[in-house]
Amino acid sequence: MAADHVDHHEHHPHGLAHQFEDMAQQKESVLLGMWSFLITEVLFFSGYFLTYLVYRTQYPVAFAEGSHELDITMGAFNTVVLILSSLTMAMAVHKSHEGSKNGTLGYLIATFILGGVFLCVKYVEYSAKFEHGLVPGLAWHPHGEHSPQLALFFSLYFGMTGMHALHMIIGAGLLIWLLVKTAKGTYTAEYNAPIEVFGLYWHFVDIVWIFLFPLLYLLGRH
Amino acid sequence: MAIAEQDGNASGYAAPETNYINNGYGLKSWLLTKDHKRIAVLYMISISIFFAVGGLFAGLIRLELLTPQGDFSHSDTYNKLFTMHGVVMIFFFLVPSIPATLGNFLVPIMIGAKDLAFPRINLLSWYVYIIGGTLGVIGILAGGVDTGWTFYTPYSSTYSNSNVLIVAFAGFLAGFSSILTGLNFIVTIHTMRAPGMTWFRLPLFIWAHYATSIIMLLGTPVIAITLVLMMLERAFGFGFFDPRLGGDPVLFQHLFWFYSHPAVYIMILPSMGVMSEMIACISRKRVFGYEFVAFSSVAIAILGFLVWGHHMFLSSQSTYAGMVFSVITFLVAVPSAIKTFNWTATMYKGSIVYNTPMYYVMGYLGLFLVGGLTGLFLSNMGLDIHLHDTYFIVAHFHYIMVGGQVMGYLGGMHFWWPKISGKMYPEALGKASAVLVFLGFNLTFFPQFVLGYMGMPRRYHSYPDEFQILNVASTGGASVLALGYLLPGIYLIWSIFKGANAPQNPWGAKGLEWEVADTPPTTFNFESTPVVTEEAYQYGPIEEH
Repeated sequence: MAADHVDHHEHHPHGLAHQFEDMAQQKESVLLGMWSFLITEVLFFSGYFLTYLVYRTQYPVAFAEGSHELDITMGAFNTVVLILSSLTMAMAVHKSHEGSKNGTLGYLIATFILGGVFLCVKYVEYSAKFEHGLVPGLAWHPHGEHSPQLALFFSLYFGMTGMHALHMIIGAGLLIWLLVKTAKGTYTAEYNAPIEVFGLYWHFVDIVWIFLFPLLYLLGRH
Repeated sequence: MAIAEQDGNASGYAAPETNYINNGYGLKSWLLTKDHKRIAVLYMISISIFFAVGGLFAGLIRLELLTPQGDFSHSDTYNKLFTMHGVVMIFFFLVPSIPATLGNFLVPIMIGAKDLAFPRINLLSWYVYIIGGTLGVIGILAGGVDTGWTFYTPYSSTYSNSNVLIVAFAGFLAGFSSILTGLNFIVTIHTMRAPGMTWFRLPLFIWAHYATSIIMLLGTPVIAITLVLMMLERAFGFGFFDPRLGGDPVLFQHLFWFYSHPAVYIMILPSMGVMSEMIACISRKRVFGYEFVAFSSVAIAILGFLVWGHHMFLSSQSTYAGMVFSVITFLVAVPSAIKTFNWTATMYKGSIVYNTPMYYVMGYLGLFLVGGLTGLFLSNMGLDIHLHDTYFIVAHFHYIMVGGQVMGYLGGMHFWWPKISGKMYPEALGKASAVLVFLGFNLTFFPQFVLGYMGMPRRYHSYPDEFQILNVASTGGASVLALGYLLPGIYLIWSIFKGANAPQNPWGAKGLEWEVADTPPTTFNFESTPVVTEEAYQYGPIEEH
């Protein structure tokens, strides 16, 4: 039997968890972990997208009617807000690579605020739907001859945007945690994987919206 | 496997003073542990409890079916019994059974890592599982659920008066916990392999768990969203599958089986990995056609995603879709057969040792063969119309899921028990229980093939008189089976206190977990990272000590 060993690390770099050999392995693992998680997220949302596809094909008129009930201005505004928040998030990752604590902190706060703006606008939109009786099951006043299928559309609208908003809220919670850690100076130019990994999650949530916006607000609208 | 060893040789083995079991006492040191081995033990205890609960429901089902009249339970109660048997066994026992216990314990050790890539997520997965399990138990105590484990709409979303929401949410959480386990395995296998542990030097157990993890990552989120849609519809009156709004209840079935068929392979692939390890060791030979066995696991995982429609031959699916699903289902037989043939070829001219794991191997091969071949009956569209929703189906999937996964689980539990507990189990009792399980299992489920073929439908609490003899046989078999499952539970626990101390490598097996890791392993598994210089399963003749 061979008798060669791989030497133990004498020094223990800051932020390296015990199960890893070195920072490179840790970073690779953490990134692969997040990408794998995002794959499960894609499949999670795919259930909604498939349901949407099936019913949109079956009931194009009712779905076009549904699109007209949505507020395109607020939707478009929110799209811009989210794209901006992706930019600030990317900048936060960039700054953390540079080891700039204040830069990272600033961009994380900006991301948090933009996420908050998105959720507020969403709240206003949801409230309007409740007022107009467009919430299936909870506040539903029949609308014209396609009323049942319109209920399908709004079930999907609330299901899809609600699940997206839930991801935003979870993201905001994680952001607070990152902000605290950054302020404490946990992250350095060498150890910043949590910020990078969270960035991936945040961009993913944005991309979901980039699909939701045209599917729900724009399609069938002339 | 020639591996760097720290000190000494196999004979005169002195176990280290501190191992993962005695490294810290007290409840807190277990409930907050990040050690994959301790988490595996936590899982082992919890799934054993759920196995007992699910088994209790099975016992009540068999008791009702002892007589043709529905005299033991009302039809409503019976609906709840089979539903809760299914929910508990599938979500809380079979899916986590091997991956969360043996997988959790062995994956890092087999590849030469100190732990899984994400120990905290590993612990989180156990807590999510326990919360889900607790909710499931609350749902059961509050009166149970009667939709069948499949939660088909519109019954589940609209009409059922039982505790659908809480039990479905429990299933959702169990799924979430298995996603976390699968994610951890995938990352660990990709990034944490020891130097020299190339992909084609990996034990086949690892390949099987890799394939299982793919299914957990890709399939489980789909059942999660499907249950969410159903729950939203039930809780708030949203419409997704409601025919009154133009929704399609069959869409639920598509989404449901897109996960739940691949999930069937979550419930067989890990046991295939266990078999490969045990057969190689017990036959003292390298697994025949290693690459083929490795890739057949991946092939099963991939094909598994393309066959969900075979659950829906009678659910308004078009004939052409049915034909495609039928053909792909037949294709699954190819990688499954590759495995079976290769295992048999491995044993051919091997120096076979007839110990308890070997008894389980033989039982497994027989049961898996019957279960697999009857699957081909069912993938035949014409024959399936006759057999659909009969006891033939019930017998078929029990042969795979219980005959396959549970045999693998018990066999693997005996094989690695010395490593896990540091104690030897009593060999004679082990063999006796393996024989009991095999006989009891066949006596329980073989009559169900005949019953199903004769036309007895599943999920009814009464049946025509002429079916009674076979049902009595099945219930009798279930009693033997219960005894066979009870025995290991007793003597394995006994062995912890009274069993002989296990040497480092009682079977003379190859692999890092036997040759390098201590018995029981230390908290970080290895003193220094092992270096692997050989392929897996380089068995020579048995050495004389």
